[in-house]
Amino acid sequence: MAFEGLADRLQKTIQKITGKGKVSEADVKEMTREVRLALLEADVNFKVVKDFVNRVKTRAIGQEVMESLTPGQQVIKVVKDELADLMGGEQSKIAVNNKPPTVIMMVGLQGAGKTTTTGKLANHLRKKHNRKPLLVAADVYRPAAINQLETLGKQLDLPVFALGTEANPVDIATQAIQHAKENHLDYVLIDTAGRLHVDENLMDELVQIKANVNPDEIFLVVDAMTGQDAVNVAESFNEQLDVTGVVLTKLDGDTRGGAALSIKAVTGKPIKFAGMGEKLDQLEPFYPERMASRILGMGDVLSLIEKAQENVDEKKAKQLEEKMRTMSFTFEDFLEQMQQVKNMGPLDELLNMMPGMNKMKGLKNVQVDEKQLGHVEAIIQSMTKEERVNPEIMNGSRKKRIAKGSGTSVAEVNRLLKQFEDMKKMMKQMTNVKKGKKKGLNFPFM
Amino acid sequence: MSFFKKLKEKLNLKTEETSDKYKDGLSKTRNSFATKLNDLVAKYRKVDEAFFEELEEVLITADVGVNTVMELIDELEMEVKRRKIKDTSEVVEVISEKLVEIYYGDDEEGDIEKLHLNEEGLSVILFVGVNGVGKTTTIGKLAHRLKEEGKSVMLAAGDTFRAGAIDQLNVWGDRVGVEVVKHSEGSDPAAVIYDGIQAAKSRGVDVLLCDTAGRLQNKVNLMNELEKVKRVISKEIPDAPHEVLLVLDATTGQNAMSQAKTFSQSTNVTGIVLSKLDGTAKGGIILAIRNELSIPVKFVGLGEKVTDLQPFDANAYVYGLFADLVDKE
Repeated sequence: MAFEGLADRLQKTIQKITGKGKVSEADVKEMTREVRLALLEADVNFKVVKDFVNRVKTRAIGQEVMESLTPGQQVIKVVKDELADLMGGEQSKIAVNNKPPTVIMMVGLQGAGKTTTTGKLANHLRKKHNRKPLLVAADVYRPAAINQLETLGKQLDLPVFALGTEANPVDIATQAIQHAKENHLDYVLIDTAGRLHVDENLMDELVQIKANVNPDEIFLVVDAMTGQDAVNVAESFNEQLDVTGVVLTKLDGDTRGGAALSIKAVTGKPIKFAGMGEKLDQLEPFYPERMASRILGMGDVLSLIEKAQENVDEKKAKQLEEKMRTMSFTFEDFLEQMQQVKNMGPLDELLNMMPGMNKMKGLKNVQVDEKQLGHVEAIIQSMTKEERVNPEIMNGSRKKRIAKGSGTSVAEVNRLLKQFEDMKKMMKQMTNVKKGKKKGLNFPFM
Repeated sequence: MSFFKKLKEKLNLKTEETSDKYKDGLSKTRNSFATKLNDLVAKYRKVDEAFFEELEEVLITADVGVNTVMELIDELEMEVKRRKIKDTSEVVEVISEKLVEIYYGDDEEGDIEKLHLNEEGLSVILFVGVNGVGKTTTIGKLAHRLKEEGKSVMLAAGDTFRAGAIDQLNVWGDRVGVEVVKHSEGSDPAAVIYDGIQAAKSRGVDVLLCDTAGRLQNKVNLMNELEKVKRVISKEIPDAPHEVLLVLDATTGQNAMSQAKTFSQSTNVTGIVLSKLDGTAKGGIILAIRNELSIPVKFVGLGEKVTDLQPFDANAYVYGLFADLVDKE
């Protein structure tokens, strides 16, 4: 299928050449062919792919790969490095004008997610930078676009500047800045209407706005699912407006997001943020390395590790390990463990980030039932302290009480108890066999 | 008679307006695509491996998809050998022939593009798709189109999630002059659609167009919600929804395939509306989708005006892509 990761594909090629001892130029050629296909399948523009593959080829035919013991992995490393290089360093900084307000213009095609991103960015500025942003409704064309921004403003409790649909977007923008000055608001985010990059009149309108408000940042908002056309879009917007950065939206979908690479390659402008969900706090800094892994289908391991590090208290983890070894793991620990995992974000999101998750048939689109997770939590919370530590004392009437208290059924309580026992058994085996080695928990809800 | 001549004749039978719309809307698309093909033809006199490699890239740039392109090129290479074709311009003809062939398969031309609605009584059309593809706008345009055909139309504002979505549909309702059934933001979409069906039934409406919130296809909960909406419709009217239209953004790349697959699994998509075809994007992935999942395209969005929704026509689509070459003959 189309979405095999590059790592898997290269593996096949490599299997053919293992035992050869040496990698020939023809082998490298075959490997780079796989790289090319992987990138094209990920929607990277073909011109960008061509240049890229040539660079990889040169490096791969060089000594670093040919003389390596693991040429396949070496090729992947070269590819990843080159990709991350191309996508540039981390760049989530936003300009600050020392004479406030700082003005940011949001531009892009229809449906890219400008209005939502405007809301998210305002939220980010307030939360992370302690700023007072003003949202400006300059999309006078799409029905109810102003309404949408006003609703977002209400949800975020942030001011919105609008002059209705009859006003000229240039006037709206200019007056908004005046309004911000008078009200001591230090950021002005202008939400412009979506437009085709080939629509001369509307592109000219943006040029006019730019000339009148002199923005500190112009963010091009691009849908991560965009195909080959991403280069045309990015090129035209950049040529006419000289954008300062890119926001990639809808990256929480299952697209490989090759557009990111195309855009960076043709504009040279940094991708600053990524939209990771429909909620208004789901705007994240853009991490080039992770994107490189994603485009290649290698899983977002780094993101996963970082999430785990953020949320798992190391001391607690040590204690847990100790408990597992000594078999004193109780429902109390279990509950705590569960909450830690939950803190890391929605489970299906976590699973998606794990490498190999895509290719495992049984696990693909694994349905993590967050509802059931809630049930498990409710059941444990309905237990007494004693029951949690000593599940052996559980009897019929206790189970009935717990089922009632948690709004579940006795059958569900039984299932959890059984799963908990199994888990403990497994832990014992695991800790016996690979003492000190990696601990893996098998939660009953997975 | 050459393929292009046949195509041209076929198109002459159609109203001038339709093909003009396609030509206008696809002019940017056509320019870049046809220019490339022309360049290709000029550059390579001989039909050799390098020529096929270039051709592969031209098609990939149209977002046709790597798999489909590979298949197409393989077939093309065989065809060229069999027919002993030496001239590159002839190959281009074979390509367009193949494209139309891929598109129709064994199906009847002209039939698969039609909306299949009830002759009598209420028909329900459910719109689905990811965020920002243009579902609400498409509904507005289709409502206008159906009204022009003399049908009575009603809209159900099933996008209760996105800020301002209900207002947006409402504006379209006012513009087109059709009634909109709506609840407040955040309410249960299935309930809105249920009410829509009841209202449409009691008022004897011909077609009910149901909007839904955009959702990325990997969000299991949201896809389940959509399944529920569909169930509610089927429960009220056994053979409804009569059409489930997946709206695809022409600028979308290979992910459109995943969208088509996943949305089909949960709502049994019967047709595609390819929106935003008036840009430079080619939407070539529809060929792959038709090829792999046999879902036909029913309409294309060719502009912002209310009249800019046109029925899809594979011949016109290919004509739009190759218009320069066709006119030259």
